[in-house]
Amino acid sequence: MAEITYREALRHAMAEEIERDENVVLLGEEVAEYDGAYKVTEGLWKRFGDKRVADTPISEAAFIGMGVGASMLGLRPVMELMFWSFSSVAWDQIVNNAGFVRYMSGGLINCPIVIRGPANGGTNVGATHSHTPENWLANVPGIKVVCPATPYDAKGLLKAAIRDNDPVMFMENTLLYGEKGEVPEEEYIIPLGVADVKREGTDVSIIAHGRAVLTALKAAELLQAEHDISAEVLDLRSIRPLDEEAILRTVRKTHRVVLVEENKPFCGVDAQIASIIAEKCFDDLDAPILRLSAIDAPAIYSPELERRQLPRPTDVVEKVLSICR
Amino acid sequence: METLKTCEFASAPINEALTPADKIRLLKEMLRIRRFEQAALRAYQGGKMGGFLHLYIGQESVAAGACSLMGPNDHVITAYRDHGHALAVGMNMNECMAELFGKATGCSKGKGGSMHFFAPDKNYWGGHGIVGGQTPLGLGLAYGLKYKGLTGSAMCFMGDGAVNQGCFYESMNMASLWNLPVIYIIENNGYSMGTSLARSSVFKSCLAERAEGFGIEWDTLNGEDVYEVRAKIQVAVDRAHQESRPTVLEIATYRYYGHSVADAKHKVYRSEEEIETYKAQHDPINLWKARLLEERVLNEEQYEAIDDAAKKEASDSVIFAEESPIPSVESITEDVYFEVDRQTAAGRTGRHFFND
Ligand SMILES: Cc1ncc(C[n+]2csc(CCOP(=O)(O)OP(=O)(O)O)c2C)c(N)n1
Ligand SMILES: [Mg+2]
Repeated sequence: MAEITYREALRHAMAEEIERDENVVLLGEEVAEYDGAYKVTEGLWKRFGDKRVADTPISEAAFIGMGVGASMLGLRPVMELMFWSFSSVAWDQIVNNAGFVRYMSGGLINCPIVIRGPANGGTNVGATHSHTPENWLANVPGIKVVCPATPYDAKGLLKAAIRDNDPVMFMENTLLYGEKGEVPEEEYIIPLGVADVKREGTDVSIIAHGRAVLTALKAAELLQAEHDISAEVLDLRSIRPLDEEAILRTVRKTHRVVLVEENKPFCGVDAQIASIIAEKCFDDLDAPILRLSAIDAPAIYSPELERRQLPRPTDVVEKVLSICR
Repeated sequence: METLKTCEFASAPINEALTPADKIRLLKEMLRIRRFEQAALRAYQGGKMGGFLHLYIGQESVAAGACSLMGPNDHVITAYRDHGHALAVGMNMNECMAELFGKATGCSKGKGGSMHFFAPDKNYWGGHGIVGGQTPLGLGLAYGLKYKGLTGSAMCFMGDGAVNQGCFYESMNMASLWNLPVIYIIENNGYSMGTSLARSSVFKSCLAERAEGFGIEWDTLNGEDVYEVRAKIQVAVDRAHQESRPTVLEIATYRYYGHSVADAKHKVYRSEEEIETYKAQHDPINLWKARLLEERVLNEEQYEAIDDAAKKEASDSVIFAEESPIPSVESITEDVYFEVDRQTAAGRTGRHFFND
C-alpha cells in the first residue's frame, strides 16, 4: 500500500469522484488557479478545467448558498471553505437552507452538497480563524458532520460524503494535511456513521475525533510504556450520524472512559457522548466518565500558550491515571 | 498633466495647512511602518512568531495620509493587514512587535496576534480577521457617533476582495438610509490573495462606483501620493462632519510582498516585472521624499536620520518583544468576560467556564 498524505488522500477522493460523476463540481476561494490555499486541490483545475473546478469571490454566503441551490437541482457541489471559521458568514445558507430544505419541503427536495475545509486550532491564527464547529453543526437535524483523522479515513469518508444525498459538513485539519498514512490503490468507501478502533486495549477507552485521535494514540503509547496501562482508542470519524454501538462496545469492554476533543467543553461533541454512556451503560462503568477538551476560552494567539490550550498526550495520560489507579 | 494634478492636491487647503514639520512627520510615519514590518518579517522568518503575517509595505501612504486627518472624534477600523494603521494612529512599536511575538506585553496581551491589533484609546478599533466583517462595525461606530451627537467620522478600511461580502452592501444601504458618517476606504491593491481584481469582481468603471446605487458619494484616488490621499479623504471627512453622510473611496495602491508571508506563489499570479515597476516608479515613500526634497523641507541627511531612527526603533522593538514574558497559562481564560475579570456580582454568579 502506498503512503500518502492526508492532503493527497482528499485530493484523490475528489479527482476520482469528478471522474466518476459528471455532476461533481469543486467550488471555493483559490481552489482552482492558485491550487488551493492549503494545496488540497492542487492540480485539479489544470486537469479538469474551468467547468469542474472554479474559483469564487470572497462571498461565502453567496457561493455556499449557490452550492445548496445547485444541489437541489441534482449537482453534487464540493465546496471548499478556506477555513471552517468562515462558515459563520454563510451560516444561514448552511443551517436554514442546506439543513432544512428537505424537511420544509416534506421530503420533496434533497441537498447532496459537501462543504469541506479545515476546522482546527493550534496554528496560532487567532480566535477568528480557529473554530471547531462540529458540535454547532451536529446540533442541526438534517446536517451530517464528519471529522477524519487519518489519510485512509479522509479519502474513504470524502467519497462517501460526495455520494451521500444529504448535506455533509466535512471537517479537516491544517495540522493533519501533511500527515502520512497507508491508502490502498483500489477504490474503497467508508460509510458515514461507522467509528473505528484505532488501537485495541483492555483497561480504559479513549474516545476522540479529528486530530485528538492522534493525541489519544500517543497517550496510549505512553500509558503502555510508562504505566503498563492498556488503552483502547476509538475514533468516532463521523459525528452525526454517530456510531453509538461502537461507543457502548468499547466502554463495556474496558469499563473506564476518557473523552478527548479539541473542541471547547460546553456542549462539545463529548458532552453528547458522555450522556449516551451514562444513560446506556451506567452499570458497566467502574469510574466516572472523564472529559478533556480545549481550555475554555477563544483560541489564544500566543504560540506557546495555544499549544497548551489544546489537549496534549500528557494531559490525556494524567486524566487516565486519575481513574486507573 | 500628472504634475499638474499633484500640484492641485498639494494646494488643497488641508495640505496648504501642513507645516514643514507636519510633512516630515508624514514621512516618518511611513518609514516607521516600513521598517517595523521589515523587522517583523525577519523575526517571522527566524521563527519568532506563529500564524500569519500580512505585510502592508507598499501601501504606507494610505494609512499615514488618512490617519493624519483624524480629529478627536474620527475613528479607524480595518481588516487583518493592520500594522500600518496601528502605527499611524499612534500605537508604539513595542506593543505591536510584542503582540506578534505572542508576549504578555503585546497590545492584546498575546491573544490577538498580527491580525488583531486594537487601541480604543487612540480611536483604533482593530484589526479584523474575517474578510468584510469590519464593514458593519464601521457602520456601528458612525451610528454611535451620530447617536451621541458628536461631530466625527468612522474610516473603515477594506480590501478590494472584501467588496464582495454581502454585509458591505447591507452596510452601505443603512449608511445612506440613516445618514451615517462612515467612510469606506477600499485599498485596492489589485489582488485578493492569488486572485486578481478582474477575476473576483465586475464593475463598470471601478469598485467604488457600486456606491452609486445607494446614493452614496464616491471617488477614486491614487494612493501613491500623500497629498492626493489627504486631499480626497478630507472631502469625505468634511462630508461626514458637516452633513453626516457616508462616502466610499477607492484608493489605487499595491502590496510588495505576498498576501501573507506564507504566500509562496505571489510571483506566479503576478509578474516580477509588475512588482519591480511599482517599486521603482510608484513607491509612496520615495515619491514623498522626492517631493519634500523638491520643496526643500527635507535634505538627504535629515532623511537618513529619520530612516535610521525608524530602523533603530524597529530593532529595539524586537529586543523588547524578545525579552518580554510569555503570558501565563492562567491568562488564557482572562479577558473572556468583563464581569468575571472584574469579579463583579454578575461575574461571581453562575458557572462561566467548563474545564474541570
Ligand atoms: C470571510 C473570509 N473569507 C476568506 C478569508 C480568507 N482571506 C483572508 S484575506 C483574503 C483576501 C482578501 O483580499 P483583499 O480584500 O483584497 O485585501 P488585501 O489582502 O489585499 O489587503 C482572503 C480570501 C477570510 N479571512 N475571511
Ligand atoms: Mg487586495
